[in-house]
Amino acid sequence: MRLKTFPGGIHPHDEKHYSASAPISNLPTPERVIIHLSQHIGAVSSPTVKVGDTVLKGQVVAVPAGFVSLVQHASISGKVTKIGKFLHPTGAMSMGIEISSDQQDQSVELHDDPDFMSLDPDELIARVSAAGICGMGGAGFPTHVKLSPPQDKPIDTVILNGVECEPFLTSDYRLMLERSEDILHGLRIIMRTLSAKKGIIGIEANKPDAIKLMQKLTAKEKDLSVVGFKLQYPQGAEKQLIYAATKRKVPAGGLPMAVGVDVQNVGTAAAIYEAVRYQKPLIERVISVTGPIVNTPMNLLAPIGALYSDLLKHCGGVSAPIGKAISGGPMMGFALPSLDAAMTKGSSGLVLFDEKSARSMQEHTCLRCAHCVDICPMNLMPSMIANAVKYNDLKMAVKGGLNDCIKCGSCAYVCPAHIRLVQWIDTGKIRYAEAQRNK
Amino acid sequence: MNTQDRLTVSAAPHVHDRTTVKNVMWNVVLALLPALAFATYYWGIRALLLTLTGAVTAVVCEALIQKLRKVPITVHDGSAFLTGLLLAFNIHAGAPFWLPILGAIFAITVGKQVFGGLGNNPVNPALLGRAFLMASWPTQMTAGWVAVKDSAMSGLNDLTRIATDLQSLSPKAYELVTSATPLKVAQTLRDSNFVADINAQAGGLNLSGRIFSSLTEMDTLKSLFWGNIGGCIGEVSAFALLLGAAYLLYKNIIGWRIPLFYIGTVFVLSFLFGGIPGAEISMMLPFFHIFSGGLLLGAFFMATDYTTSPLTKNGRIIFGIGCGLLTIVIRFVGGYPEGVSYSILFMNVMTPLIDKLTMPKAFGRVKK
Repeated sequence: MRLKTFPGGIHPHDEKHYSASAPISNLPTPERVIIHLSQHIGAVSSPTVKVGDTVLKGQVVAVPAGFVSLVQHASISGKVTKIGKFLHPTGAMSMGIEISSDQQDQSVELHDDPDFMSLDPDELIARVSAAGICGMGGAGFPTHVKLSPPQDKPIDTVILNGVECEPFLTSDYRLMLERSEDILHGLRIIMRTLSAKKGIIGIEANKPDAIKLMQKLTAKEKDLSVVGFKLQYPQGAEKQLIYAATKRKVPAGGLPMAVGVDVQNVGTAAAIYEAVRYQKPLIERVISVTGPIVNTPMNLLAPIGALYSDLLKHCGGVSAPIGKAISGGPMMGFALPSLDAAMTKGSSGLVLFDEKSARSMQEHTCLRCAHCVDICPMNLMPSMIANAVKYNDLKMAVKGGLNDCIKCGSCAYVCPAHIRLVQWIDTGKIRYAEAQRNK
Repeated sequence: MNTQDRLTVSAAPHVHDRTTVKNVMWNVVLALLPALAFATYYWGIRALLLTLTGAVTAVVCEALIQKLRKVPITVHDGSAFLTGLLLAFNIHAGAPFWLPILGAIFAITVGKQVFGGLGNNPVNPALLGRAFLMASWPTQMTAGWVAVKDSAMSGLNDLTRIATDLQSLSPKAYELVTSATPLKVAQTLRDSNFVADINAQAGGLNLSGRIFSSLTEMDTLKSLFWGNIGGCIGEVSAFALLLGAAYLLYKNIIGWRIPLFYIGTVFVLSFLFGGIPGAEISMMLPFFHIFSGGLLLGAFFMATDYTTSPLTKNGRIIFGIGCGLLTIVIRFVGGYPEGVSYSILFMNVMTPLIDKLTMPKAFGRVKK
């Protein structure tokens, strides 16, 4: 197989060995979960329950507040004990519904529709929407919106993102190995809703068994293909993935549909399958709990809203004091102030580092070595943008590509002066948004 | 969990490839050690001592200034040591010891610290130091050069072997062949009065053509490659410099664009314009121009200086071509036999302009 890739990028150690061989296992029902009202891009969901209400597993607890919004379900059965601010995996405090378990695990009734592929596209989208599915790779864009592109933007290709280019994370990898058929059913459903003619499953070369398995399963299907990618970060970033797989360039500021492509994470595809066939809401997902100090790294199927501290306890705790707890992968994930955060639909991993690896490095003056310019996958000038932001020259920052930055972190990864390039660029993005509002 | 209140919160990414400024600078110093070893082998301990004098002066000078400026002393990062080392590499082995001392002081103070230190200097400090020495003490910089043991300064060993015959034939030609560096020989042969003189002295023989063709003989090129020639301390062996350059390229510390386009430009232009009337142009002429003088030292170790070369990829190509063009212009029509350091200094000054004109278009943006 000829491996494909995109221009630019870096080669961090993949560190998948900690958890790659751990099969998906269930987290026992935790004592409490927190269903965040903002697990997605778009309007915050509105709660439909109040403190004291009893809820079943799978019951709606919050409804969408608009089209680009999401329905939320209880992920365990029990009692609503608090509605208020809780620690979000992005590190901020955010509104959520706390449910305390009754240990009964009583679920709403599920149906089985073996003939789901004959359902009409509108019904398919309705079921996805009712299940509260958003992108499970991290960004969390509501999936029903992505499946309803405007009429003038026909989609011909669906790409399933099985790249998982973040170091350490293995949840998508295990899912591809253990639930490959569900993922392919999900892909078929997505293709049907969009009337897309081609389906591509993109997987990086460090997961050869997943590539082989998917190739075997799609061998007889002419419209599906498996594309292997060279190991290169950020291969899983939407624009880089589309370019690597199809050579199409998404225009700056545009969405994948502009080039006739729809990208979905493999986990999202599996959730779509369950939502359509069983009308099962998205109330659980696979999350990797890993890192050099985790005693038993695992890939856990855990209810949405489970606390990170409960996940870690189940993995046998840590072998050294925790220095940094990262929600997501180490390239783009968020460092948490504590493990009290509750996972959301986009939580793909919890990575733990000891105190030594957590130590932050002193920022030096820029040497102008241009390593950041050489590897930027968006072909920007990161050091120039950061400098412009530092001196409050937003016009210059925009010229350097402020608004094109995808915040993949490659520049900061290679900077010998340890300049916090992403942080500076992010600051610039916030200041720019403020300046636009005040215009 | 009692550790939770001590968790570090910082912006992504949370991993790093572990390179540091210190690491980069000392690696460049390491890459220059083969050249220093060759120079010490050829010229003895004096070359080593001159080099260390330059490097240590630079370090002490930087530390003192940082103390005066009340900023953290960062001499352990190796950048001052490297500047002093490169400056001394641009001095010949017969120079007095105060030369690298004054040069290093100038390089660090006027070349680097007045602008705010590492990362802020507009031109390469070591080259600025060299230019300062050339302007202030041209005699000490150019006279009293020492020939490498068991070899002629010019590397023209075939001609020095018949030196007595040559002396009786043409005293002027004899002096040239035995006392000048290879590039000086090449430059002098471009002077038509000189050529007429020696050919007349030789009774109408094409002596100039004979000397010119010996510049590109295998024997001469071998001397240039290994370093059996006169020159500055750091320039002596092309082989040693290429060894160090290969290491830096492999470690991804320097990029390929500047050296490739710099050397490539010199290669092409020296072939096209390197000839003199009355002599055949050899296919080996470009190699003569690449291996002689400071070109390899300049192209791999000075033009690639991070702070003073362009950020953009296309900018670095333009920078390399510009350096090559100017080097050839100075070597062929200028007043000096060698032009590497002035061309790099000139292109250093052009760097902000080049960056401005070569800003890349973001992925997915259409060219206007």
